[in-house]
Amino acid sequence: MAMQSTAALTPQQERRASSRRRFSAAFEPWLYLSPALVLLLVVLVVPLIFGVSYSFRKFSAFKSDYVGLAQYKALLSDPVLGQALMNTLWWTVASLFLQFFLGLGLALLLDRPFFGKKVVQAIVFLPWAVPSFLSGLTWAWLFNPIVGPLPHWLFALGLKSEPTNILSDPATAMWGPIIANVWFGVPFFAITLLAALKSIPSELHEAAAIDGANPWQRFTRVTLPFLAPTIAITVMLRTIWIATFADLIYVMTEGGPAGSTNTVATYIYVSAFKTLDKGYASAVAVLLLALLILYAVVLIRIRRSLVRYS
Amino acid sequence: MIAGRSHKARILGSIGLYGAVAAYVIFALFPLFWTLKISVTPQSLLYSEGITLWPSSATWENYKTVLRATDFPRYFLNSVIVSVVTAVLVTIIASAAGYAMSRFSFRGKTTVAVTLLLTQTFPLVMVIPPIYRIMGELGLTNSLTGLIIIYTAFNIAFATFLMQSFFDGIPKDLEEAAMIDGCSRSQALRRVIIPLTLPGMGATLGFVFTAAWSELLFALMLISSDSQKTFAVGLLTFIGKFAVDWGQMMAASVLALIPACLFFGFLQRYLVTGLTAGAVKG
Repeated sequence: MAMQSTAALTPQQERRASSRRRFSAAFEPWLYLSPALVLLLVVLVVPLIFGVSYSFRKFSAFKSDYVGLAQYKALLSDPVLGQALMNTLWWTVASLFLQFFLGLGLALLLDRPFFGKKVVQAIVFLPWAVPSFLSGLTWAWLFNPIVGPLPHWLFALGLKSEPTNILSDPATAMWGPIIANVWFGVPFFAITLLAALKSIPSELHEAAAIDGANPWQRFTRVTLPFLAPTIAITVMLRTIWIATFADLIYVMTEGGPAGSTNTVATYIYVSAFKTLDKGYASAVAVLLLALLILYAVVLIRIRRSLVRYS
Repeated sequence: MIAGRSHKARILGSIGLYGAVAAYVIFALFPLFWTLKISVTPQSLLYSEGITLWPSSATWENYKTVLRATDFPRYFLNSVIVSVVTAVLVTIIASAAGYAMSRFSFRGKTTVAVTLLLTQTFPLVMVIPPIYRIMGELGLTNSLTGLIIIYTAFNIAFATFLMQSFFDGIPKDLEEAAMIDGCSRSQALRRVIIPLTLPGMGATLGFVFTAAWSELLFALMLISSDSQKTFAVGLLTFIGKFAVDWGQMMAASVLALIPACLFFGFLQRYLVTGLTAGAVKG
């Protein structure tokens, strides 16, 4: 095996070997990445481009015609879309707010020692593993007065004048999917925030306690600043995810009654799949994407200015 | 640290702590408990007993009917096929990609990372209209293959980040030492790195399985023939098709929960890594 040791190689051989090494070093990672990149390109990027082009076309049974911006103009005067935008805002803000604070509360609880913690942790994280269509169905059943207890309990508490399904009343229907979403999403915030809490050096808390800080001061001055980066990124990712999450609403109400739970995401789904208006659905999807990008840009700007001034 | 707090305050504090813990536990378990309860309630008692915490007599009848007289075993099998194949494909592809992202520095790496991150945050509703049409033209509607391709692509970005974090956790010195000892890179990979990454691959497998098992919207859109339905689609059409049989529906739901719960038990240890590598399930 003497041939393989560097000393035995001529300078020419050595040069060739090193250029081969350089070539393979540049090529090798792309070889490993290529299946992933090709798949993403074919199944996500290409359809995305197609989708944008669809938004300029009107589809009928066997053909499609170029209609320019006509569908975008139609968006402006679509009352269903207007309502869906307001519903999306309410659905996203309410779900996010409740998920976040309940998740933070749970993370703070699980950060303390108590009896039976391991079992408790397994139970409270379990909803995360429940398929979203089952979360939706399960909660829909709980709200159903025939098989579910919730209408009767709400009635007994005097919150409702009769034990009816809140999902069939346009005024209250959105609470159904929101509650199901909170149930399903609390573990996500709890787990990520718990991981961040565990990374806070315990000396910091002890030092603050010695300096006479009360628990609330320790929370706002030590814990929160440490959690801030995690909070910023999870809230941003979660907002986008919730705003485009259609499963729960589709399963529980299909956007009804009277469009009261119709969000932009369910509207796109129903337009593309049920009414088969793929062109218009694509125009709505482009609008949604533009709004989400705007949101992300604004949030990143705010975060940057906060970092600069603090 | 808690010096100076009175005995009474401490007792009140622990009552508050255990009260809050109990509230979270009940909130998490109650919906699942209720589904289980209805699934073992005989049809005759469902309306007569009203809202009770447990029926006066329980039955397995609903489960027997679901397993024997409906198409659910078929749907269950379809879901298992789709989820297992997707999980295996994603784990292989993402392991390769994650290895490249962890062990090499190359031009364009940042671009790749940003692209992966963008597809990770990408709202999937965007591609619902085009995928519906493209799959139709390719003849991939009504086929499990079509679903597997879509699910594999949807899970690649997250799984790559996850695998990258597992590879990052293995010290580079280990494979360098192996390479100095005369191993080639591929030998070092096979003998040192892969054995150490097996738990990570297991976790990725589990996360992707759970995600594929849960997917509803694309399956609902693309599958209409009864023989190809996944469990989610089957359950949803079951509700529409028959006069609602509550007991059977909930028995079927409990059956759909079983694989998810099994994987959850296994994944517990990796939840933190998984959820911080990128928001799982979107």
